[in-house]
Amino acid sequence: MTHPPYLSPGYRSTVLRAPSLPPVEMKADPEAAELTSPVFGPTEIGPLDADLTAGRPGEPIGERIIVTGRIVDSGGRPVPGTLVEIWQANAAGRYAHQLDRHPAPLDPNFSGAGRCLTDDEGRYRFVTIKPGAYPWRNHHNAWRPAHIHFSVFGTAFTERLVTQMYFPGDPLFPYDPIFCSVPGQEARDRLVAAFDLDVTEPEWALGYRFDVVLGHTPMEDR
Amino acid sequence: MTTPSQTVGPFFGFALPYADDWALVPEGHPGAVLITGRVLDGAGEPVPDAVLELWTGETGTRGALARGGPGASGFGRCATEPDGSYRFRAAPPAGPYYSLTVFARGLLRQVLTRIYLEDRPDPLLDSLPPGRRATLIARPDDAGAHRFDVRLQGEGETVFLAF
Ligand SMILES: [Fe+2]
Repeated sequence: MTHPPYLSPGYRSTVLRAPSLPPVEMKADPEAAELTSPVFGPTEIGPLDADLTAGRPGEPIGERIIVTGRIVDSGGRPVPGTLVEIWQANAAGRYAHQLDRHPAPLDPNFSGAGRCLTDDEGRYRFVTIKPGAYPWRNHHNAWRPAHIHFSVFGTAFTERLVTQMYFPGDPLFPYDPIFCSVPGQEARDRLVAAFDLDVTEPEWALGYRFDVVLGHTPMEDR
Repeated sequence: MTTPSQTVGPFFGFALPYADDWALVPEGHPGAVLITGRVLDGAGEPVPDAVLELWTGETGTRGALARGGPGASGFGRCATEPDGSYRFRAAPPAGPYYSLTVFARGLLRQVLTRIYLEDRPDPLLDSLPPGRRATLIARPDDAGAHRFDVRLQGEGETVFLAF
């Protein structure tokens, strides 16, 4: 088991949105459109898109961090040139989103969204600010552990992955039904970045490593 | 080991959408297909915070992110409106169907389906009972668009696929 079950009642929004029928298992078909994937060109991405601390008049408030890692397929092969998009709350736990009502300050110097293409060895690298935890209304006193949302393409539409990266040692893990929807501690640990002193840059930013392994299909390992 | 999926959550709206993300082809593109529909939950209520992605099966010559210029892109993205509606303007698919994924708050993984523009002999369609088969076939509407609703759960639940 890798992915969470669609129906995870602890996360209330799944109750009316989880499909009730199992997905139809597709027969092997090398012609299937789902086995190909869009290609994104380097000219479609801006040079500052991977630096979430740039592009504003001032520096955002918070703990500057570097988040880097490799995107590999299920065979361990790097996925070059694939699109990685991230979004997150600011250091105070507030999203730059009009529906976020958390009474924490917005930061005029932080949008919280970035993107890049992986290099020839499947590596991506973002400079950002460590996000804060934030409350949500799923249950009484519900708080999301600090996380960065990730969206990754891969080489087939079936590999498409949206996930969340967490930070090591977060005390909110056992209380978070989204994190805990992943079956088993070993699989949950794959969503937790590792602090890495080699990625850390002296006098400037802490470094975290988060590798992503794409599966063949969003619905494998049910 | 595969990285587990997590929900896209409610706050992707300032990050994932981009200019003309829904328009795989420019206005007036010859043979353009307009696809519209709604995403509905198990109570039949609209899902106002889903984001859909359409893949035609071939990359094409137009940018997938940076639109502009003529030609067709194979990839599009559309966040749903408050009434659960979405739209795409695309070239006809490379094969008999478009591939469509839906992400949403409350979906811990995306769902993957197909849009067929017409009923036709097809290994997948032919393997389904009639009621379920119909969930994969777009219907022409009065405005010349192809109507395709996604029902995540319950009566008329869309057929979702596992590879
Ligand atoms: Fe979040």
